[in-house]
Amino acid sequence: MTKKTPERDNTAIIKAGLSKRHRKETIFRTMGLTSLVIGFCLVLFLLSDITHKAIPAFHQHWVKLDVNYDAEWLGYEAGDSSLEDLSYRTVFRKSVYQMFPEVSGRKNKRKVAGLFTTNAEFKIREQIIANPELIGTTKPLWVRIDDDVDVYLKETQNIGEPLIRIDEFEASLVKKLYDSNRIEKRFNFEFFTSGDSREPELAGVKGALMGTALTMLVTLLLSFPLGVAAAIYLEEFAPKNRWTDIIEVNINNLAAVPSIIFGLLGLAVIINIFGLPRSAPLVGGIVLSLMTLPTIIIASRASIKAVPPSIREAAFGIGASKVQTSFGHVLPMAMPGILTGTIIGLAQALGETAPLLMIGMVAFIVDVPAGVTDAATVMPVQIFLWADSPERAFLAKTSAAILVLLGFLFAMNASASYLRRRFESN
Amino acid sequence: MVDISSSESLVSAETIIDGTVGDCFSDDAKMSMRNVNVYYADNQAINNVSLDLARKQVTALIGPSGCGKSTFLRSINRMNDTIPICRVEGSLTLDGEDIYAKKMDPVLLRARVGMVFQKPNPFPKSIYENVAYGPKIHGLASNKAELDEIVVTSLQKAGLFKEVKDRLEEPGTGLSGGQQQRLCIARTIAVSPEVILMDEPASALDPIATAVIEELIDELKEKYTIAIVTHSMQQAARVSQKTAYFHLGQLVEMGDTNQIFTNPSHKLTENYITGRFG
Repeated sequence: MTKKTPERDNTAIIKAGLSKRHRKETIFRTMGLTSLVIGFCLVLFLLSDITHKAIPAFHQHWVKLDVNYDAEWLGYEAGDSSLEDLSYRTVFRKSVYQMFPEVSGRKNKRKVAGLFTTNAEFKIREQIIANPELIGTTKPLWVRIDDDVDVYLKETQNIGEPLIRIDEFEASLVKKLYDSNRIEKRFNFEFFTSGDSREPELAGVKGALMGTALTMLVTLLLSFPLGVAAAIYLEEFAPKNRWTDIIEVNINNLAAVPSIIFGLLGLAVIINIFGLPRSAPLVGGIVLSLMTLPTIIIASRASIKAVPPSIREAAFGIGASKVQTSFGHVLPMAMPGILTGTIIGLAQALGETAPLLMIGMVAFIVDVPAGVTDAATVMPVQIFLWADSPERAFLAKTSAAILVLLGFLFAMNASASYLRRRFESN
Repeated sequence: MVDISSSESLVSAETIIDGTVGDCFSDDAKMSMRNVNVYYADNQAINNVSLDLARKQVTALIGPSGCGKSTFLRSINRMNDTIPICRVEGSLTLDGEDIYAKKMDPVLLRARVGMVFQKPNPFPKSIYENVAYGPKIHGLASNKAELDEIVVTSLQKAGLFKEVKDRLEEPGTGLSGGQQQRLCIARTIAVSPEVILMDEPASALDPIATAVIEELIDELKEKYTIAIVTHSMQQAARVSQKTAYFHLGQLVEMGDTNQIFTNPSHKLTENYITGRFG
């Protein structure tokens, strides 16, 4: 202690090391900024690419068809009560041929009919059923153009030139229609209001969107209350012993289980033993909430643990019971963190397809589900199905569906951050 | 060089504590503690302490850090129940009722024996909600008007009403430290407790806020029995009628505050209050 040490110039020592410290800081800052910029560029690239590809899907070309509601073609005799089973196909075909009298030959005539959507005849039927007086008249009717023609119109520089799937003959037909102002570009509302279809011009996302919404609703309603209750119990009420340790380890393990295992469980237990319907959002929601629960529990526990103990003491100190303290004070303060965990869990579930594969939600389903027990599919599956389809028009639809899925995710996040802010301001 | 060895001897356990000296019992006791031992797992934090809290008097618990005064205070309203490894032995009574009896509900006990903590800990809610919370959970007010009345009188008793009457809906956490602590006192007295325990209520406050709190304690003793843990000897001398000196988990000396500070009987007490350690 008393040994004399030579006088040291501390300032000089610190000064000598300063430049090294500053350099380290600069390097770290640059690295951080670089990774941020790279990440941002990638996201921007991804988004702009998807958006660029998706834009064509939001528009659809329509074509004006002069329908000759000829009674003979329809096979209609005065006094017929049923209009359901008339020969609408014949009316459609013959009306089309009438518009192009110069076309001859079976092959060419088929190409002419192929310019229009395959459901044109059903449109004609709707018209007649709604208004039987049309029989015997000729009226214009706007129908959707065939998907190949639609893509052609969106991509071609010069209408009339052949491109990809449109040959010279078809291109000349399109040019004729175009020049006579029979083609119109409209906003494709049907993309949001109709279910899936084999025909790209008729396919929409509503079925998958509803399926996703219903599935997420079931997931949220099951996993949020259960997860939060489990977290509160484990943090605030459960004794700390070997059993709770085992439970904690298992919850952590559960969070790491591959999701397809949960799908197998859903198939074996929920469908086979409990007999719930296949392909239903109810089953999908149950399976996905099994997957989401560990995430919510872990996040909620961390968030509850972070509530300062002084708040619990304050509540206990004036005679609040454990339940009153937990639900009245701890839970509201932990809520922002719990909501963050919930949204992470739900976002995971939103993009999940593997567990749904097992319970039959990966299917071609045309009808929009009306309830949680109807057959349905979800957005990621829809995207996959479309991406897998050969028709060129599905390319844009796929990108558009991705945009819709992202939009759904943003809406979910936005509502969570709104709620979070509400809890934080209290 | 500082002579460390001599100050060590002042606090070493060898300085014999052979039972409590002084007058630790009262004829008019609100709460009586007899032979209290408190353990954290295997560590004994309180060793055979017996004392009374005299009715409508302020009892100050003083002593160096880690001497167990806070632990003792928290045993009186069973706040230690929340610590699983904590174990309390001995007899603790409130008006003759055993507070650790099976039929004693800690919720009721804490409503009767309120507590104010070292760090002001208002709820992150409005000033009104902070005070109204206790009466609400205990069902003390049957309608809004009654609740308003309780909130206003509690804030008045805590000497805070004038400062906050125009902003009762603002968050309690937005007040200054001293105001927050008075809000916590208002919150405690809103439940009309019989005893108020204060764990270093002014240690996080500046001298002016401390003076306000001390004045308040002086007024509160007209209605409540108060026990206060403090590190400030001046504060103990100013606000209390009885003082108990704790050392290493034992009660060394207890008596009238005047007597303790002017003429302590025990060597340890004398050393502590004269500032030779602690």
